[in-house]
Parts: sequence; C-alpha cells; structure tokens
Amino acid sequence: MQPKTHDTKHHDAHAPDHHELGFWQKYVFSTDHKVIGVQYGVTALIFMFFGFLLMMAMRWQIAYPGQPMPLVGGLLESILGDVASGGVMSSDLYNAFGAMHGTVMVFLAIVPLAFGAFGNLIIPLQIGAPDMAFPRLNMVSYQSYVVGGVIMMVSFFIPGGAAQAGWTSYSPLATLIPTDGQTYWLIGMIFLITSSLLGSVNVLATIIQLRAPGMNWMRLPFFVWAQFVTAFLLLLAFPPLEAAGVMQLMDKVFHTSFFLPTGLAVGGEFADISGGGSPLLWQHLFWFLGHPEVYVLILPALGIVCEILANNTRKPIWGYKSLVYSALLIGFLSFIVWAHHMYLTGMGSKISTFFQTTTMIISIPSVIILTCYFITLWGGSIRFNTPMLFALAFLPMFGIGGLTGLPLGFNFSDLHLHDSYYVIAHFHYVVAPGTIFALFAGIYYWFPKMTGRMMSEGLGKIHFWLSLLFMNLIFQPMFMQGMAGMSRRMADGGANYSQAVVGEGATLTDTIMHLNTTISWAAWGLALAQIPFIWNFFWSIRSGKKIESDNPWNATTLEWQTPTPPPHGNFVGPIEVHRGPYEYSVPGRSTDFTPQNEK
Amino acid sequence: MEIPYTAKIRPDTGLYNAKLGIWLFLASEIMLFGALFSSYILLRVGAEPGTWPQGLLNVPLGTFNTLVLICSSVTVVLGWAALKMNQFNKYRIYQGITILCALIFMVVKSFEYHDKFVHYFVRLNDGTEMNGHIEGNPMFMTLAKLKQQNKAEFVFHPDAPKADHKEEGNAGVAHATMTIQTADVRKLESWGPWHNTFLAIYFTLTALHALHVIGGALVIFMIWGPLAGMWKTDPERYTNRVEVSGLFWHFVDLVWIFLFPVLYLL
Repeated sequence: MQPKTHDTKHHDAHAPDHHELGFWQKYVFSTDHKVIGVQYGVTALIFMFFGFLLMMAMRWQIAYPGQPMPLVGGLLESILGDVASGGVMSSDLYNAFGAMHGTVMVFLAIVPLAFGAFGNLIIPLQIGAPDMAFPRLNMVSYQSYVVGGVIMMVSFFIPGGAAQAGWTSYSPLATLIPTDGQTYWLIGMIFLITSSLLGSVNVLATIIQLRAPGMNWMRLPFFVWAQFVTAFLLLLAFPPLEAAGVMQLMDKVFHTSFFLPTGLAVGGEFADISGGGSPLLWQHLFWFLGHPEVYVLILPALGIVCEILANNTRKPIWGYKSLVYSALLIGFLSFIVWAHHMYLTGMGSKISTFFQTTTMIISIPSVIILTCYFITLWGGSIRFNTPMLFALAFLPMFGIGGLTGLPLGFNFSDLHLHDSYYVIAHFHYVVAPGTIFALFAGIYYWFPKMTGRMMSEGLGKIHFWLSLLFMNLIFQPMFMQGMAGMSRRMADGGANYSQAVVGEGATLTDTIMHLNTTISWAAWGLALAQIPFIWNFFWSIRSGKKIESDNPWNATTLEWQTPTPPPHGNFVGPIEVHRGPYEYSVPGRSTDFTPQNEK
Repeated sequence: MEIPYTAKIRPDTGLYNAKLGIWLFLASEIMLFGALFSSYILLRVGAEPGTWPQGLLNVPLGTFNTLVLICSSVTVVLGWAALKMNQFNKYRIYQGITILCALIFMVVKSFEYHDKFVHYFVRLNDGTEMNGHIEGNPMFMTLAKLKQQNKAEFVFHPDAPKADHKEEGNAGVAHATMTIQTADVRKLESWGPWHNTFLAIYFTLTALHALHVIGGALVIFMIWGPLAGMWKTDPERYTNRVEVSGLFWHFVDLVWIFLFPVLYLL
C-alpha cells in the first residue's frame, strides 16, 4: 500500500542519476571512474613522496657515509631500532631503502598514477563512454592496489626489515637474506599484479566496447592509444612475474629450490636445500615483465604530452598515424628485448646478439614518436603555460634518457657501464624528468576539468623551473660517476672502494667522489622545489581561479565537451563523433579549434 | 546512466563486454601458466643428465581425473545450450554434474597430495638412503619434530624396489620393515615440494590449477544456486554469465590437459 508516486520515481530509468550517495559509497567504495581515478592519483602521489623520502635519506648516507643523519636520524632510530642506531644508516637499512625506493616508485607511484589515475579519469571521457566497462572490478582493482601497498609498508616494521635485494629481487640473494621482508614483498606484489590485471582488462574492454558512435579507431586521441598499448603490456607481461613470484615464495616459505642451484654455499657451508634450480630463470622471468614495464612507464607519458602539445601549439599533431603504429610496434617489440638487462650473466653471445638487435630496432619507433612531437612544434603559435612547459621539457629529457640507453643496449659497451651510476642516470632521465614531468603536465592540464578551478600559473612556473634545474643537477653528474666506474649499489657511496687504490690510477678520483655531495644537495633542493606544487594543488582546489567555460584550454577532445566536473554518467546527452582528435586551426572555421563532436 | 553492451552484442566487435573481458583475462592466464610451463622446461633441460625423476605420480588416478574434467567441460556446454533453448531444469542438472565433477577432481587430487605427504626420504649417518613410510603414516614428519617429541626410534616400511620404476636411491635396500634409531638419521623429509625440483614444480603447477578449479567451481555454483533468480528477471544476462563462467571452466580444463601428460607421462 505504498503511495504510487514513490514507485514510479524509483523505476524511472531515463532520469539522470541524482540520488545522493552516502560518504562511504561516494568517496571510498565508489564505482565511478572519476572518483576511482582521483583515489588512484592521490594515493600514488603520497607513495611517490614517500619513495622520494627514502631516497633523500639514502643520499645522506652516500654523501656523508657513517655520519648520523640530521633531523630524521633520531626519528628513524626510534621507529626502526638497531638498523639506524645513533641515527646512522646501516648497510642493511640502506639496502632496504634502496629496494623499496625502486619498488615504491615503479609499482606504487608511477604506474598507478600514469595508468590507474590518468587512465581511469581520462579514457572514458575521451572516448565518450559513461563509465568504465566494469565499474565494480575497477573499485576492486584500486582496493587491491591499496592492500598491496599496505603490505609493502608494513614490511618496514617487521624484525629484519623490508626486502633488501633491490627492486629486481634476484635470487638466490633475495631468498637467503634473513628477513621476512622479501616474503611481504612477494605477497604485496601478488596483490599489485591482481590490481593491474583487473585494471588492464577494464581499460581494454572500455576502449574496445564503449567508444561513442563515430569514434572509430583512427579518431581516438593518441593518449587513448598509448593507454591501450600500456594495458596490453600490463595484461601480458605481469603474469610471468607473478609466476616467478609464486616460485620465489615457494623457495622462501616451502624451501623449494626453483632458483637455488645445486651446491649453493651460505656462510662457508652447503645450504640444506634440494638444489637443481636456476638463478638465471628468475632473471628471465623478472625482465620479461621488467622491460615491458619500462614502456608501461613511458607510453602514458607520451600520450599525455601529445594531448598537451597539440592543444598548446594550436596545430594538429604531426604524423598521427605514425604515432599510432609506432606505439603498437613498441608494444610488440618490448616483449622481445628483455635480456639486454642480462648481458653479464654469461648467457652466451648468440643470445646477446639477438637481444642487442631487437633493442636497437625498438629505438626506431621511440625516435619516430619524439620526432613527430618536435615537428609538431614547427610553425605553431605556442602558448607557454605550465602544462606546456612540462611537456616541452619532457622532450629533451626523454631524449637524453633514450639516447644514453643505446650504449647500454650494445653488449660490448654495456660490459663497462653495467650496474654503474650511468645506468641509474639513464633510466632516471627517462622516468624522473621524463615520465614524472609528463605526469605533472597532466595534473596541471586536467586539474580544471576535475575541480572547476585552475592551478596557479605563477607557482606552477616556479615549480617547473626549479624542478628542471635540480633534476639535471642530480642526474647529469651520475653519468660521469658511472663512466668513471662507480658501482650503483654501494652503501657508502664508494668511499671504501675509492680508498682501496690511492694516488696515481686511483679507482675513483676526488672529483668523482665530491659529486656525491653535489647530487645529494640537489636532491634535497628538488624536495624544496615540490613545496610550491603541493601548496598549489591543495590551495587551488578551494581558491584557484574559477574557469569561465567547460573548455578552458579551448581543446578539441571529448573530455572538455562535458559539464565541469563531469556528472555521474559523464555526458548530458548522447554524444556523436564526427572528426579526428586534433582539428586545431582548421581554415574557414570561426574558432581555432573544432571539437570532435561538432558537425 | 547505463553502460552499453553489458548484455547486448556490440555490432562492430560482435561481443558483449563480459565476453571480451573474460577472453582478455584468459590471455593473461595463458601467460601465467605459460611462464610456469616454460620454467618446467628450463629446469628439466638444465638438470644434470639422468637426475630428473620420472614415474613418481599415480598415472591411473591422473587419467581418471582427466576424464572427470573432460566430462565436466561437456556438461558446461550442454548446460549453456539448454539455457539457450529455454530449458532451465535441464541446465540445472547438467551444471549440477559440472560442480560434482569439480568436487570429485578435488577429492582425488587431495588423495594424491596425501600420498606424497606421508611418503618419506631418509638418509642415515652411514650414508644409506631409503624411501618409504613411517608406521602410523604421519604427515610432514621431520627430524626436528621427532626430536621434539622425544622419539628415540621409529618403525619404517621401505618401498618395494620396482624394476620399471626408477626411484631415488632405494636400489639394493631390502624390502622389510625396520626400526630406525632417530640418532642414526641425518636427514628425514616427506615428498613435499622441498624434496626435489620435480616435486616443487609439480606442487606449484597443480596447486595453482587446483585454486583455479575451486574458484571456477565456486563461481559456477553461485550462478547455479544463490544467483539463479536472475533467470527470471534478466534471462539474457543470466545466460551470458553461464557462458562466461563456462569459458573460464574450459580454460581450467585445458590447462589440465597440458598438465597431465607433462607431469604424469613424460
């Protein structure tokens, strides 16, 4: 005997969803792709800051080995105990921080930010979809990521501390270090892999199934293409690491010998194991993920930069089709280059030659993409706003990172450079001033879409110029240190090693050693340079300049053709696509941009 | 807000969302099991010639389980086809058989596991090596546990030497029950994954497969029982669910089709 009006209201499927959800359903257990995207983004930024903190502590130990850490030394001792006694970082703690810096940055910060946050926020909007294809899986994907992250964090506080065998966790070292940190690491990884599996299935299904009418493949913004290839890499490259993780977990927990060879001696005695395993097997399985993972880190960044370049040069992107095919080729080739990380394992020159060849081939599509971006700049009327500055800086920074990779891809020159600071400098140029700059560009660019307010341009420019300066001060000297022979995993920054041979022909000269201090101060400077960003981010949510239209950058892609912020369901009416993604400055039009949904 | 193509087929791809999703998921699963199979090959090829153990598993039981799974794959298809022809009761019966098959498979598997956990390898201080069973068939006994329980001796039944059955180290040892002093034992371990690399990969692969069997059977059961109300409200979507869970089930079955010859026969 309910009143009739109640009933009809409940079943009115055509009305937009306006019923209010409670706090928990709206912000914590949300299935809306935009909320999940923001959740991913905020969590990943926190992890990125944490990963940076680990490295800043390590930089003290490298610059001033054996000296108590100022400011945080006492705090570390009271939290972690003996490993930081007297506020001095022990080698064990250095190793743990090093392993976790890599793990946190790659698996908990960059990938979740580039793929989880930007993918979730932007893809459905850019293809004209109401949400992701599987909203509930999307929520589970985020939750699984958080659980994995929490397990990783908890491992710092167990007896023996976190994993210490590097983010690559090579066996037998990883298996034999007497801490359960590695077990936590492996279990954490299994959650993270589950998260990325669900995320990638979701992204692929969304792009394939939910494109709006008229949005055919060659009308997709390049950002969507980049995420599409990224999702395939995550889908197919992560499972072998999961298999390897399960096997290492078996080695750790059930004392199997998957990665432990016959006759393995520990502390002068034969280990009580059945033996017969292969340490090389772990490396193959790890790098089978590890190399595609590199492209997982860079492809979304290339996508973001593409959007911002087209928008701020007010020109169509040059060579859209070559970009798409290059991205697909990179995706395919990235599965057959993994062993260039393993030239020094003695796997044989024939295998090395194969992987050296594929590695050189994969640099071609990367160079094509970069060239297209540079040509896009030609003759454009460029707007130098903060997102554009970061996107522009990305080009030479990624270029330096990429070109310095060539000597590592040749096995003869890799013999000298392997495992040195040169390697650190190379891949940080790709990921830090490369990918992270692109991510910053993306945050500045899409911030008004999510909040309705702009971030401050002034603070943004301070953030940009200081970051650019310090990034280069940090990583440029590392090339020199690496070429001089400084190994990358020494807990004292090479102090002992440099004193082993004194005088003429000393292994590491004073000049090279002094660079340690320069780099460390630059790293702390980089931390200070992030303060304007953090302030800008939170301040602008409430007090930034309000945008006057839904399309403040005068962009063409669909995410700007919605209300701000987009409501649940994204678009107010049915949306139809009539043109390609980058129709800027089309002759004969009254505006210099033509949105994709305009006839 | 409605997400398109949750039940209807998108014309240009010919798929509804969940069907595409499960295929993508299965692609990922192929990489997971593919990595483990590759590891098996590399470990076996890399083993010292002549040391890779063979014939440790019970082939008749494995064959039986293979037939059980193949049977369940057939009933999954019949169940789905029955739904397509609007015969819900037939579907209930067929899919019921599928769930029953999954149960039978797991029971047989647990017997096989148990056999290994009560089977022991012993090395004495004088270098004698034997395989066999401890009186009372305890699981996971170790030397440390024996000492903890203050057992000075235990009764041991060595395996009968089989001419066609290459087993480690029991050639020449008499097949007679014996009493072994705990003090004489250097090493005692059950045939768990720690015993040798073959058993390690056997347990890893089959346990991971068993987890898939359990997961798949649970999903099929949930759709079959507690969630069956959807047949009345949205039959199209319900049939799709059965199809998607069936695709997963076929995959689980297919993995076993590869596992069985690789582990039991080769």
